[in-house]
Amino acid sequence: MKRLVILLGMLGVVFLPPFVLADDLAGAIKQLDTKSYSKKVKAVNAIGEIDDPRVLDVLLALREGQLYIHKGNKNFVIGRGESSEGLVRIVDAVTGEKLDDIASGALSKIKINNRVRGAARTAISKIQLSAKDKSTRLNAVRNLIKSPDDKLRDLIVAALDNEENSEVIKGLNVALAFIDINSNDKKLRISAIEVLGETVEPRAVTILQDILSKDEEGNSEEEDSEIIRSAEKSLEKIESRTSLYEFIKNLFFGLSLGSILLLAAIGLAITFGVMGVINMAHGEMIMIGAYTTFFVQQLFPNWVGGSILLSIPLAFLASGLVGVVIERTIIRHLYGRPLETLLATFGVSLILQQLARTYNSNNVPVKAPDWLSGSWHINSVLEFNYVHMYIIVFSLIVLAVLTLVLKKTYLGLQMRAVTQNRAMANSMGIRSSWVDALTFGLGSGIAGIAGVALSQIGNVGPNLGQGYIIDSFMVVVFGGVGNLLGTFFGGVSLGIVNKFLEPQVGAVVAKIIVLVFIILFIQWRPRGLFALKGRFVED
Amino acid sequence: MLKDSLLQRLVLSDQGSKFTIAALIVIGVIVPFLNLAMPEGSFLHVSDYSVALIGKYLCFALLALALDLVWGYCGILSLGHGAFFALGGYAMGMYLMRQIGDRGVYGHPELPDFMVFLNWDALPWYWYGFDNFFFAMLMVMFVPGLLAFIFGWLAFRSRVTGVYFSIITQALTAALSLAFFLNDFGFGGNNGLTDFKDILGASLQSNGTRAVIFICSVIALIGSYILCRYIVTSKLGRVLISVRDAESRTRFIGYRVEHYKVFVFTISAVLAGIAGALYVPQVGIINPGEFSPLNSIEVVIWVALGGRGTLYGAVVGALVVNFAKTYFTGSKLFVEYWLFLLGAMFILIPIFLPKGMVDIVDQWKKKHAQSKATEVNSKISGDAQEHTS
Repeated sequence: MKRLVILLGMLGVVFLPPFVLADDLAGAIKQLDTKSYSKKVKAVNAIGEIDDPRVLDVLLALREGQLYIHKGNKNFVIGRGESSEGLVRIVDAVTGEKLDDIASGALSKIKINNRVRGAARTAISKIQLSAKDKSTRLNAVRNLIKSPDDKLRDLIVAALDNEENSEVIKGLNVALAFIDINSNDKKLRISAIEVLGETVEPRAVTILQDILSKDEEGNSEEEDSEIIRSAEKSLEKIESRTSLYEFIKNLFFGLSLGSILLLAAIGLAITFGVMGVINMAHGEMIMIGAYTTFFVQQLFPNWVGGSILLSIPLAFLASGLVGVVIERTIIRHLYGRPLETLLATFGVSLILQQLARTYNSNNVPVKAPDWLSGSWHINSVLEFNYVHMYIIVFSLIVLAVLTLVLKKTYLGLQMRAVTQNRAMANSMGIRSSWVDALTFGLGSGIAGIAGVALSQIGNVGPNLGQGYIIDSFMVVVFGGVGNLLGTFFGGVSLGIVNKFLEPQVGAVVAKIIVLVFIILFIQWRPRGLFALKGRFVED
Repeated sequence: MLKDSLLQRLVLSDQGSKFTIAALIVIGVIVPFLNLAMPEGSFLHVSDYSVALIGKYLCFALLALALDLVWGYCGILSLGHGAFFALGGYAMGMYLMRQIGDRGVYGHPELPDFMVFLNWDALPWYWYGFDNFFFAMLMVMFVPGLLAFIFGWLAFRSRVTGVYFSIITQALTAALSLAFFLNDFGFGGNNGLTDFKDILGASLQSNGTRAVIFICSVIALIGSYILCRYIVTSKLGRVLISVRDAESRTRFIGYRVEHYKVFVFTISAVLAGIAGALYVPQVGIINPGEFSPLNSIEVVIWVALGGRGTLYGAVVGALVVNFAKTYFTGSKLFVEYWLFLLGAMFILIPIFLPKGMVDIVDQWKKKHAQSKATEVNSKISGDAQEHTS
């Protein structure tokens, strides 16, 4: 009977509402206005049976302690956090309609205990498992796996009967296995162990290790040898699979860090690599790009998704313009004196940082658009953040565009001519001083673009640039000066090495090892990984 | 006779050096005297705070001197001298830490407080011996010197020069900074070493001890100055200058350029270490913040402002910039502008004053001498004109 009710409930048809007096949400929710917890449990069960899209919201709010009764009109409302004036934002529980903000004193909270919470949980799982949307069902399954509950076993079995999507079925089986592993039925246990063996859940590892654990005399605590054998086999399977996924994960995060390094360094590869100018203010060019993103978002507060795309050309212009100004006013006077250039641009970096600090000494909040937040969940070990995936793609696009500009455009031709032989370029009619300014502007502008991307993964503040400057120089020097391909390999390989070291020795030590490695590497190959050959080599 | 000529060569022949050393001797005598002998409220009294402050500046001057030796005379722009300074400081800090004994918060007879806090039960091997003053002082010079020797030997042998060298010294500083921030590294992590009690049995809080450390700083600065003068006026110094001006040519003439560079880089690091060791008892703390790359670059601007390649320029530059820094960061009104000013110095000095402040004096003197000469010329005719031309 119970099972039938559940089944019917899942189909969204209610024939026999057992405890409900009113069969609509507005009526049923009133039953929650009681002191007795057992009446509340009944009310929750009743609400769970109602076919109304608002039910899920109400139950979630109840579980989170966000369901209130308005003291004035006795209506049920859901709290949606505090407004800026310290009032509570509320919506009507039954209609979902937005109401005026209200002082928290005018609301009385529906109190719940563990029993009510459990009932709400069952009802929520039930609704979510029967949702039309696949991702909602998957989320529900993930929650079930995270905290298994024997009481939900029937629900899972019922859901398995109706489920058609293979991914959800797999998840439900795992959730079932986490429950069955503790059952008394040996057959159920063994099949549960086998199912767990197909997963990479860290909790499955602990459970299986528990089964295999031995007491002080070396006897297994588990008596059944068959179970022990299958647990051993499953554990081995999990471990080998986990290490494979860990490898893929490190590779991904290594690529991701590499692409961040590449983005930060690529502008420097132009200014330092092509022009030979040490620009210590390079980090601040990145910072300007990140602040541009922030200002564009301030201009279009309701258009986060588009404003970030708009920021890319604007950041290029802003940083590029600052770069051209710096070149025209300062660096121009210091060509041929690299050490002095280093000092002067360091001064620029101090001033730009302090300007940012004068504007606002704290970090400024940069919002992430929806299409950048979230992640691609594969299993409990592997999860790819969209933002990192986009940055990998973005850095490759920037690299490709820059390569095209250098190789295929007239400006690129002029740049290469000036860097290879300034006097000859001059006599061919190229205004080398303008090419210098534009090249420096291009490098700075690319740094600005990098700033837009980096604003999505870290804090945007006056110190943003400092965090990248040493790394950027390391990438360029390691990869080989004057060579975009070298910068690419430099960035990616340093990123991957760093991420593979991190789990072994910790993040800080990994960074130290990489720095020391680069220092030693430069002794071995002073011109970097991809050294230019021929006459370039002579300074 | 020989001694006279040596003194003549090192100090008396050079106006700037003569004045600088004379001024340092005067400071070394007068400041402690006015601090100890004059009563507290007196007009002539120099406060304890000022003594510590001037002492700190003298350590910075020594650090600047060390950098000028490699940058001004050999063309090696090190962005890692702050690291050598801090290493010397840590060696001194370790000695002072061991001197605390069981007077720490946890009262452990051997382990410093932070080790007790981290639940360590024995002293790590690299802390052995630091309870001995002379061993610690040896380490103050040996550790930065060894690091500089190895680093310089590797770098100069592979002919890493110019900005490449600057960048990898900065990477070295960054790596050391990260390492010293680690708790497990065994040097107190974030908080560094502090709460020092006494040095060689004398309390660090007493005015007498502080005056002695102050005088030691002056002596160390003068001694190092004369050592640097000795190096740069010797034949070796001539080679260094030729390395700075034309490295390849010097190599082709037959000098092993890298040997000269390693030598001067190591000496310079040792001097920086000594400066750090004198700095720590005067400020009472050493922490990983001293490794910050910004510190190392600031030293460069002291030298650049004063005038590199002169030695006394470095001393003057360090004193001027640090007085300005104290003045600006001390007043609420100007504290925001200090970094603007520092940044402006970095930009303007290389463009408009590449030879530093001391150059202004030299220029002025030259003009003065010229105008004097023309005055004389206008009075005397004939042979005098020939003489000046």
